[in-house]
Amino acid sequence: MIGASKIKQYSNVLEKPLSKGKQEVSLSAFAFLFSELVQYNQTQVDNIAELERRYGVILLLQTMFLGPWAAGSEIVHNQLCRLEDAGYAVGARCLELLCHREKGNRRETRLLGILSFVHSTVWKVLFGKVADSLEKGTEHEDEYMISEKELLVNRFISIPKDMGTFNCGAFVAGIVRGVLDSAGFPAVVTAHFVPMEGQQRPRTTILIKFAEEVLRREARLG
Amino acid sequence: MAAIYSLYIINKSGGLIFYKDYGSAGRMDTNDTLRVASLWHSMHAISQQLSPVLGCAGIELLEADNFDLHCFQSLTGTKFFVVCEPGTLHMENLLKYIYELYTDYVLKNPFYEMEMPIRCELFDINLSQAIQKDRVALLGR
Repeated sequence: MIGASKIKQYSNVLEKPLSKGKQEVSLSAFAFLFSELVQYNQTQVDNIAELERRYGVILLLQTMFLGPWAAGSEIVHNQLCRLEDAGYAVGARCLELLCHREKGNRRETRLLGILSFVHSTVWKVLFGKVADSLEKGTEHEDEYMISEKELLVNRFISIPKDMGTFNCGAFVAGIVRGVLDSAGFPAVVTAHFVPMEGQQRPRTTILIKFAEEVLRREARLG
Repeated sequence: MAAIYSLYIINKSGGLIFYKDYGSAGRMDTNDTLRVASLWHSMHAISQQLSPVLGCAGIELLEADNFDLHCFQSLTGTKFFVVCEPGTLHMENLLKYIYELYTDYVLKNPFYEMEMPIRCELFDINLSQAIQKDRVALLGR
């Protein structure tokens, strides 16, 4: 008897339509959570273990005696990698969900298609607005840039002077890389600060550099 | 409009974590500011004990001949106080607004360590804007 009603319950749950859920999340809650994510990536123990694994004893000793910032650029690079990897996971899942919800399971095969998908749909769902601009790089054929006056994740973050190149937008770069990779457009995605004249805060640019195979495929598709 | 001389923020143990002066009237060197901060912290604590009224939360306003000192204490024990010209209005609203800026640009900053001196660019920028803004805008809160 009990078994029968249980099964009935499960099938009811499966037959329920998928709800979109709440569209809004508290910005403060997200900001605190993201701040903790960044701080977690900076913990000493991980760095030393990772350094030890990758670069050997000399760098480890240097770090131990001179302090963590002696091996500054390696640590910054590691932190960026980890922040990006966290974003990558979000991006992969985002693509699945948004393809189903927003686009009726249609798959993008063209470069401009996937770029405008990232630029408008992904940005709209994640940040509540479309990205400020999407540009093609002038110097290289395989470079595209999504610019934003200020990334939502960076809104409350002030980078200290001694960590000049660190950009928490690496998380967003990871999201974009996750979306592009899962859609079949492998790329290297990085986040950069671009200083603007006349404005105190620099603009953020997400630089997307597509892999060779993507460009060849695009050329073949005409 | 009446002017603000200086702004202090002290952490829950009485250490100065932020000091900004506006104009030469309130300017002090670093050692003096640290002394004022710990002095105020102790006075604030003592006043809570000495108060004849039950449930006193500490000094909110100190009026002297040449200056007024308005103090706001958050629920966590962080104190924001501003030294200004006598008779300046709406300092409590300003202090509450500064507290909001603190929670936004300092506490949500992953590079800020709790109870340490505040070195956040965004906090400085927004604070300057708030101080320079017309007081009427602050009244609307």
